[in-house]
Amino acid sequence: MIGHQRDENPAGIHLPLDPLPGHTSRGRLERVLRRGEFAVTTELNPPDSADPEDVYNRAKIFDGWVDAINAVDASGANCHMSSVGICALLTRMGYAPIMQIACRDKNRIAIQGDVLGGAAMGVANMLCLTGDGVQAGDQPGAKPVFDLDSMSLLETCRIMRDNGKFLSGRKLTTPPQLFLGAAVNPFAPPFDFRPIHLGKKIAAGAQFVQTQYCFDVPMFRTFMQKARDLGHTEKVFVLCGVGPLASAKTAKWIRSNVPGIHIPDAIIKRLEGAQDQKKEGKQLCTDIINEVKEIPGVAGIHVMAYRQEEYVAEIVDESGVLKGRQPWKREIRRDDQMVADRLDHILHDDITETQVDMVKTAH
Amino acid sequence: MTVSGWSLWSRRAAKKMSETTPVKNDGPAVTQATQVKKAAPKSDYKPADVSPQRRVQRSFAIRLWSIRHSRLLEWFYARFADTFLLLHPLWKGLGYGRVEAPIKFVEKRVKGFMFDCRMCGQCILSSTGMSCPMNCPKQLRNGPCGGVRANGNCEVEPDMPCVWVKAWEGSKNMVNSDKILTVQKPVDQSLRETSAWLRVTAQAAAAREAAAAPKTGAAA
Repeated sequence: MIGHQRDENPAGIHLPLDPLPGHTSRGRLERVLRRGEFAVTTELNPPDSADPEDVYNRAKIFDGWVDAINAVDASGANCHMSSVGICALLTRMGYAPIMQIACRDKNRIAIQGDVLGGAAMGVANMLCLTGDGVQAGDQPGAKPVFDLDSMSLLETCRIMRDNGKFLSGRKLTTPPQLFLGAAVNPFAPPFDFRPIHLGKKIAAGAQFVQTQYCFDVPMFRTFMQKARDLGHTEKVFVLCGVGPLASAKTAKWIRSNVPGIHIPDAIIKRLEGAQDQKKEGKQLCTDIINEVKEIPGVAGIHVMAYRQEEYVAEIVDESGVLKGRQPWKREIRRDDQMVADRLDHILHDDITETQVDMVKTAH
Repeated sequence: MTVSGWSLWSRRAAKKMSETTPVKNDGPAVTQATQVKKAAPKSDYKPADVSPQRRVQRSFAIRLWSIRHSRLLEWFYARFADTFLLLHPLWKGLGYGRVEAPIKFVEKRVKGFMFDCRMCGQCILSSTGMSCPMNCPKQLRNGPCGGVRANGNCEVEPDMPCVWVKAWEGSKNMVNSDKILTVQKPVDQSLRETSAWLRVTAQAAAAREAAAAPKTGAAA
């Protein structure tokens, strides 16, 4: 008999966990964070396809290295498989997805419906975002909705969870059990407002936040200092966003084309001076993790390795942030394995089994 | 840009392009949006490359003046609201419905001139440092997005100062500078193109009456 892993429902990996006192969700991420363990989350590159295997394969490379996976909602305003769809697939397989909801494409009617639908599928974590402007994406002619903003979206989800009501006041028969997240960017002006803005997000309902890419550790340290002074870090789990840069050229491109990502010159110089820029980018990411993990109030990291997803495991391993802990890993159950072996045997091994033979071998 | 929203998806397309066409080897050079724009059919009529919202708007010099003088305007606005409330019997006598059209006419032009008002009908200028949040391309009413450029300009409109960077500056000058901390409810779209002045006045009058006649029963 294989014992089930920690943070797994023994009745089935796709089922929500037992409710715990003080927890608002029945998911794995909240448990990890509330136990005080250093959490690791990452982001799944959404496929441009209708094949569920694409999602499963992309999730598989994170197995045993991350506590939750962000299902992005058409990030950069580019069209991809929807976050609801990705979450539906991931929850089936027992993963803990963080469903991102962007206000760009849906009005409050659609969003509240998605929150209920997601929660019903077993999504325990939702990340409330404003979303990029449509001008940034592959369909700039789309109508920008922005009916809610990230703050009012957070509040809407909190009202649905805590008051059991829609925004209109109509009652829900079963409220969603959610762990609510938000995004913060300490690296964009107005810098002195950002920690206060975080406080506002906490007031609206944020329980964890993921930051934008951190390449400027001193700047992040200042932000965290202010957040600590305001008492925010006691009310919210801060996951610092990190990621490897593929090359100095990419870094420059990001700096000039992707608003909101701040890359200091020193970083680019360091990449330029390296023999193997890709390797140096990875090393740089590990170094940044090692610095930010020591900052008081940082509860985890959010590794965004777009199109370098295979490096997430290495980066997490090399930085040693898990301290030997292994996050939940998808394992094949023993009975499933027996069926698979048997099928494999029948289909691929050249055998002719008759009932008479089987009786003989059984004796 | 939001945390996850860094749109490198475009890089893939850019790479694909550079594989097929011998572009100057400058790595990933263009965004997906640029490619879409380039692929559009050529025409003599080329409108300015700004968002549709900006096309209905003049320059924002006066709006920025209002933000610089947010303290003065805050003081003036408070007096103005009191005056309007004093006139409540007049509005009521004439009928709020009947005065709506002329008041809205004035309000739209005055606020339009001063703040580039969008007539959302639920004015929160006093909570946003006299910087109208409806001028934000994402119409954010609770603070800046993560895409503010390093120079403090907007992600969508590179030449426009971020509405919320300005709001933060404006609110610091004001007496009630902590009003920026209130979490604003989503915009009620059904109130668009209505008078916020009259609504606030009627609500204040109702609150005053409720306070003046407490617990006398039958207050419903």
